[in-house]
Amino acid sequence: MTSAVLPTRAELNVTPRYAGMKVTQARVVKSEWTKFRSLRSTNITLLVSVALTVGLGALISALTASRWATASASDRADFNAVATSLGGVNISQLAVGVLGVLLISGEYATGMIRASLTAVPKRLPVLWAKLGVFAGVVGIVSVVSAFAAFFLGQSLLSSKGLDLSIDSPNALRMVLGAGAYLVLVGIIGMALGGLLRNTAAGISSLVALFFVIPPLLDLLPSSFSDNIGPYLPSNAGEAFWGHPTGSHLSALGGLLVLCAWAAAAVVAAAIRLRKQDA
Amino acid sequence: MIEVSGLTKRYGEKTAVNDLSFTVHPGIVTGFLGPNGAGKSTTMRVIAGLDEPTSGSVRVNAAHYRDAQVPMAELGILLEAKAVHTSRSAYNHLLALAQTNGVPRSRVADVIDLVGLSEVARKRAGGFSLGMGQRLGIASALLGDPQTIVLDEPINGLDPEGILWVRNLLKELAAEGRTVFVSSHLMSEMALTAEHLIVVGRGELIADLDVEEFVALASTNVVLVRSPQASQLRDLLLGPDVTITSREAGLLEVRGVSAEAIGDLAFDHHVRLHGLAVQQASLEDAFMEMTRDSVEFHAHTTNGHADAPERLVETAGAPR
Repeated sequence: MTSAVLPTRAELNVTPRYAGMKVTQARVVKSEWTKFRSLRSTNITLLVSVALTVGLGALISALTASRWATASASDRADFNAVATSLGGVNISQLAVGVLGVLLISGEYATGMIRASLTAVPKRLPVLWAKLGVFAGVVGIVSVVSAFAAFFLGQSLLSSKGLDLSIDSPNALRMVLGAGAYLVLVGIIGMALGGLLRNTAAGISSLVALFFVIPPLLDLLPSSFSDNIGPYLPSNAGEAFWGHPTGSHLSALGGLLVLCAWAAAAVVAAAIRLRKQDA
Repeated sequence: MIEVSGLTKRYGEKTAVNDLSFTVHPGIVTGFLGPNGAGKSTTMRVIAGLDEPTSGSVRVNAAHYRDAQVPMAELGILLEAKAVHTSRSAYNHLLALAQTNGVPRSRVADVIDLVGLSEVARKRAGGFSLGMGQRLGIASALLGDPQTIVLDEPINGLDPEGILWVRNLLKELAAEGRTVFVSSHLMSEMALTAEHLIVVGRGELIADLDVEEFVALASTNVVLVRSPQASQLRDLLLGPDVTITSREAGLLEVRGVSAEAIGDLAFDHHVRLHGLAVQQASLEDAFMEMTRDSVEFHAHTTNGHADAPERLVETAGAPR
């Protein structure tokens, strides 16, 4: 066979069979939504995060109310009804972060990523769609469960008259902040999954960042830790959803710092996705 | 159409593909042959845009695949390694892929039907047998009704009926004017399926030829001669370019002389023949011969020779 007579592109039948076939960002989002909803592990992990936010918040509120009579003066001084009812977020952030890691690292582990990227060879639309679907679903679920935790917690605290209403100072900001915090933690998890392409490595890094480094930093001289500590993602998050007097950063400052963490992680993941062999 | 030009791909120190150039034409099935580790899968990953060439380039349908507006109409690919999330059903897997390119939902059901997975379409893909996994992979490759179809070892794990089905499917797709590029390490299968062959070894091109040419090349005919006077006949036949081997007493395998010439020679010298038959060398033998020097991992036997069964070899002019 001679190679002198190569057909031109016009001579090849590359006309799509179905009218309107084309990759669009909206279609990739639709595809990612199909992927998201069709995995049982995704739905279970999401339910676990809801159960932790609401259930653990209720448990902490109930215990606080029942032991209020014997609580020490410093415990009473530290008490904040909104923060208490949202206490479950401290643990449910792990479930949300792990879900974020899994949604990308699972594709690498199973090889699905090769199918995903062959269908969308420009690649980045897949990452944006994953982030969009994740932020949308987890955002709604987290805000709803934060409100549920707040109202359930307040009703349990009301037995001792410790409850606050949603229109009391900082209450609405903290509840919405808890929802936003969970989304941002999940996005960082997702970016770690894409950056490391491995479930174990992704989850370990997430745990290190949120659960290991902060207490380690406390062991360092305070002149050192005071300058770095507030900028760690978990502490920056506390500034906008946690105890109102507990942080060095303002609520807005904390939100911006955590957004910067998430943005940096996403950019790193995007660069690796674009530049490196899948 | 696929144009591979000067493709080199290195993973760290290891060169998987080295300066490989070939063209895969539309309208025919092209086989991609080579021993394990020859660089077939790497080449296919580069074609799909999953791996970036170290140097050289690959064009699919005279364009860069990464820039394709409708990738699934350009190229459908089945990679050797699984590319399915094990926890998702076959239907949802295909639906998610279809949605990215705007392939209608009805097409998903059609390809599931086409590959014969209708009964298990709602089951977890992780529970699929190797053969079912291959069928699902073929379904995803066909989803966008692509001009160019690339399949890496599609018959691995298929039963004989499945193999026949793939063979016919590939021929139908090529007859529709599509470019069909199929890798295999089985020459015999490619001889039945493909019209053209690209043979690689150790990441380099060994041959780029039509199957017919390969078969002609392979059938340097062997003439089997059975005679009670075998050694006498052997002495008569020996000459330049003639190879005679013998596996058992009274039986000669002659290369380089036609059956007619052997018969005439025997008649002239009153050598009795009990049998005279032409045997075509198998394609597999010819393929092994062609790629012998480029097999990545030789299985060494104790005497140091992996291939070539013990033979008594006598060649005129080339003493061994």
